[in-house]
Amino acid sequence: MSGVLASMIDGVLVGAVYGLAAMGLSLIWGVMDVINLTHGAMIALGMFCMYLLFAATHINAYVLLLPTIGFGLVIGIVVYWMAVHWVVGRSMLMSLLSTFAVNMMVIGIGTAIWSTSPYNVNFVLPGITLGAYTFTGNHIAAAISAVVIALALQFFLYRTRTGKAIRAVADNRDAAELMGISSTAVLSIAFAIGIALACTSGALVSTLFPFTILSGAVYQLKSFVVTILAGLGKPFGALVAGVLLGLLEGVITPFIAVSWIPLIEFGLFVVVLVAFPQGIFGKRATA
Amino acid sequence: MILRRPFFWIILLVAAGFIYAPLHSNNVSLREDLILIAIAIILASNLNLMIGYTGYVNFGHIVFYGLGGYVGLYLTTVRGWNLVLSALVAGVVVSFCAFLFGLAILRLRGAYFALATIGILQAVQAFVSNFDPWGRSTGMYLSFESYRPLGGARHALWITYYLIVAVMALSMIVSLTIKNSKFGLGLFAIREDEDAAVVLGVNATIYKAIIYSVSAFLPAVAGALMFFKNGMIDPSIAFEYMLSLEGIVMLMLGGQGSVIGAALGGALYEKLRSYLLTSPVLSNFHLVIAGALLLLVVLFAPGGLIGWLYRLMPRARKVLE
Repeated sequence: MSGVLASMIDGVLVGAVYGLAAMGLSLIWGVMDVINLTHGAMIALGMFCMYLLFAATHINAYVLLLPTIGFGLVIGIVVYWMAVHWVVGRSMLMSLLSTFAVNMMVIGIGTAIWSTSPYNVNFVLPGITLGAYTFTGNHIAAAISAVVIALALQFFLYRTRTGKAIRAVADNRDAAELMGISSTAVLSIAFAIGIALACTSGALVSTLFPFTILSGAVYQLKSFVVTILAGLGKPFGALVAGVLLGLLEGVITPFIAVSWIPLIEFGLFVVVLVAFPQGIFGKRATA
Repeated sequence: MILRRPFFWIILLVAAGFIYAPLHSNNVSLREDLILIAIAIILASNLNLMIGYTGYVNFGHIVFYGLGGYVGLYLTTVRGWNLVLSALVAGVVVSFCAFLFGLAILRLRGAYFALATIGILQAVQAFVSNFDPWGRSTGMYLSFESYRPLGGARHALWITYYLIVAVMALSMIVSLTIKNSKFGLGLFAIREDEDAAVVLGVNATIYKAIIYSVSAFLPAVAGALMFFKNGMIDPSIAFEYMLSLEGIVMLMLGGQGSVIGAALGGALYEKLRSYLLTSPVLSNFHLVIAGALLLLVVLFAPGGLIGWLYRLMPRARKVLE
């Protein structure tokens, strides 16, 4: 029984990282109504960014999150002007396909450079031992980092002028324009922040598990599940839903093979979409 | 009547060309090239039914092809059934699965549906990788016995080729028929504005579930034939995510919503891909080039090649549907 409890705690710690990844997806989706299919590729880029930075410096991996955030912001701006700006407001098909095209390009370049063999970031923090179980320091540090970044984002969105402008554009783009907010600037900033969150969560994952350039796809699916659970445009809800998903994984992993997990997550995804179109934390509006 | 459409006869001519060219010269490598093109056309044409006609993006279209391959190989190898019958049964079984999936996920609109299709692909792959009768992650191999009823391996490969060409022609004919039917008009209405279509009496739920399962049938048959020809199957080649994505590139490149567009895009992209894969410099970057191509089409020519041709020669629309 205590084995399950330990697995649950571990699940919650990892779940915070899922939540952070989903916040990036949820922010972009909520603000500009674009489903960012580069999400998985950006998570993978974050992993490799962390890998390269750590290989070059060998300092504490969690300090390296700061340059990773910067890297994510820059990539985000580039991708916004390359593929997203031109399709905002056009049909959903177009934005799905254009972000998807960028995804293919990033994965293609990544495969050419790093092939699809596994890498890992060889950085270990001392863990905490409770009874017969040890919680690795990396899991704890990753969860704390995720929560700190999530709180920082919450502060940014609700307490700063730029953050308020982002929320205004998300609410009503035309009205925000009339109030003198440059929606183009706001959209590009929001997109960049979303990508930076994806990269950062990828970097956190890279300190926990081995990864390949294709690993992003797994976390992309988890991010979708979490975003749907939380309801759109609720970044902080995404963190909570991420923890819930992690908890669920923690509860079931002691009992079934890991390879079944995508099936279960997908089932959850469809059930939630059909039963709660506004998300579990969302207002029940008429669908 | 479909027989009065000039494009119908063009399809038959192309299919005849596909059969005549390698047979006349007895050229096996040409046959192998054409088979890949035929598969590309089958995938792109049937994907067109969803994306081009109905306006629903299916990212996991390859799931039908892979499942068809599994059911087909299981029936021919383990049960010892005849190839044509196994392929047809594979098509029916997969279509039925698609209908059930469809009833569940087609309640989702637009983007949510697209996300669910990614999930279906991963879920089915996870299921097959854990499914004992189908050999889990190692897959299945064809026993050599299975070739005997078709007159040995050499003969069997040619027969499989003819069948695949037939499925290719059928894919285009099905697309053409649907395009010119009341059912097709209902789908176009859903694509343009689903709510308005429902108000005007289109039963969108049933229409979508039907077209989803129709778009599963021929790819599943093609999968059964193709994996019979290859002689083996495992989850990573059956459900190759990249092929699913490349199907979308083919369709957008040729021109979504048009029968000839889908076929042209499939054929051209397949040529391009085999050129890139064999070129020593570019082979690592074929995905990058495909992605760049897709981005360019989406941003600058949403109608694809055929949209550009229609603008140049508006009359072409009458013949090249």
